[in-house]
Amino acid sequence: MAIGGTKVNPSKFHKNQIPLYLYLVPIALFMGAPIVYIINHAFKPMDELFAFPPRFFVSHPSLVNFRNLFQTTAGSSIPISRYIFNSLIVTLAVVFLSILISTMAGFALSKMDFKLKGPIFEVNNIALMFVATAVTIPRYLTINTLGILDTYLAHILPLIAMPVCLFLIKQFIDGVPNSLIEAAQLEGAGSFTIYRKIIIPLTKPAIATGAILAFQSVWTNVETSNLFTSAEGIRTLPFYMNTLTSVGSVQGQGMAAAAALIMFVPNLLLFIVMQSSVMNTMAYSGIK
Amino acid sequence: MRTKKSTPYLFLAPYLILFLIFIIIPTIMAVGLSFTNYNAVQAPQFVGLTNYINLLTQDTIFLQYVLPNTILFSVIVGPLGYLLAFFLAWSLSQLTRVPRTILALIIYSPSMTMGVAMTVMWRVVFLGDQSGIANYVLTQLGVITEPIVWMLNTQYILPIVIIVALWSSMGVGFLAMLAGLLNINAELYEAGAIDGIKNRIQEVFYITIPSMKPQMLFGAVMSIVGAFQAGNIGVMLTGSNPTPGYAAQLMVNHIDDYGFTRYEMGYAAAVSVALLGLIYAFSFVARKLFAPKDE
Repeated sequence: MAIGGTKVNPSKFHKNQIPLYLYLVPIALFMGAPIVYIINHAFKPMDELFAFPPRFFVSHPSLVNFRNLFQTTAGSSIPISRYIFNSLIVTLAVVFLSILISTMAGFALSKMDFKLKGPIFEVNNIALMFVATAVTIPRYLTINTLGILDTYLAHILPLIAMPVCLFLIKQFIDGVPNSLIEAAQLEGAGSFTIYRKIIIPLTKPAIATGAILAFQSVWTNVETSNLFTSAEGIRTLPFYMNTLTSVGSVQGQGMAAAAALIMFVPNLLLFIVMQSSVMNTMAYSGIK
Repeated sequence: MRTKKSTPYLFLAPYLILFLIFIIIPTIMAVGLSFTNYNAVQAPQFVGLTNYINLLTQDTIFLQYVLPNTILFSVIVGPLGYLLAFFLAWSLSQLTRVPRTILALIIYSPSMTMGVAMTVMWRVVFLGDQSGIANYVLTQLGVITEPIVWMLNTQYILPIVIIVALWSSMGVGFLAMLAGLLNINAELYEAGAIDGIKNRIQEVFYITIPSMKPQMLFGAVMSIVGAFQAGNIGVMLTGSNPTPGYAAQLMVNHIDDYGFTRYEMGYAAAVSVALLGLIYAFSFVARKLFAPKDE
């Protein structure tokens, strides 16, 4: 038992935990309040949005804001379904491809021996600190030179190489017992077979975590739409939501809240579903 | 494992190629561009160190607003946010599984709102007229008599940006530290109690932190990156770059301003290099603090 009576990861409730709850619950309320507020706001019908004094919770939830959102076209002739379609394609591509290349690279960095192994991992660690916004201009020039401006690739390619994902996945693969791999090699399995049949099944938690991080980075990304595309038809959902969010008018507020929900809820649901996988992955996340 | 010589490189190739194109090369280009004047229409003209000299001597906006704002913002959202994340993770690690998971989820949620959701949320809360929740609550409490137009008032913009940034900073680093805390060997604590550790603070410093140094480092790096990346909050909340009175202007906004609004891309590149340098310096300090020395 640790000092003070509480242990780490206790199995049942103990009165010594009460002081912790005393400040954790208010903090959680502060963290959660704006989110709860916006969820309520999104479902408020017109009269409740107009209400003064402003009410926190909604009393007669309605879908009118969502309907307005889907019917407005914000001056361009492109319907919202196009933006949704674009976002879906881009998101699926980014999540799938980033997991693919991160697991392959992680496998190599973790289990294979080659001369550049150390330096490459170090460079990736340094790249963890990379802030993309600091190099938007060169990136624009690169995409221009590659000739992929105004294409889906402009949304997809810049986002696939994620140093954080590679780091977490590689650390997790470190935990796969070498004996399994050696046994497979003795039976004649090639590297790709080992990758497919041993590494991938055993690193599911890290894959789940990587998928969530990739999803989060692409589903809400406006930079790729803002900077690398100019044709409206190729832009993605978050960009469109941004242009609609004029919080000034009361109707605009309702639509903006509905838009915010659409952007936020998938993230939240994904995380709730996968949170134990994520925590499992995080246990390996130390930088040594 | 033994492989053909080419195998590792085959597996690494897709990642490395993309990494090279979208991370390494733009960084090198940024450094290169920083020594030029470039307005995106004509070819870049080499000007040597002029941009850097201007940055430190002539750019009054930078020296008066951007640099102090960035430092203030980074210190509060970075190290302070990091300490807060550690403290929350440490507190959560002592609860039972179900409440802990629920509270952790709630605390992590704000970091997922990055982007449109966050902008909308906080704009609605800080709406400038009397129907905004913030104004309403303050009026009811008698703190103010007239609604404050938050987003135009230079006094309040930066504090609001800092609060919002802190609110959303409990992200991946926080989760990593929580996981690290939960995985510390319980026997270490018992041994420590026997060996004479007298209170919680000693316990934290002598057992807890050393046992999770790798996760602390990861949390620190994520925290630093987050602090510098969150710079866009000011622009998103007020809806304009530059923010009114440059009140919430941070280095990231400054780069966007010069690069995409004024088309002085060479200068913007110089500021970017300075920013990357700053981030690297912070991380260097973090490594010195947390990297295990004997490995």
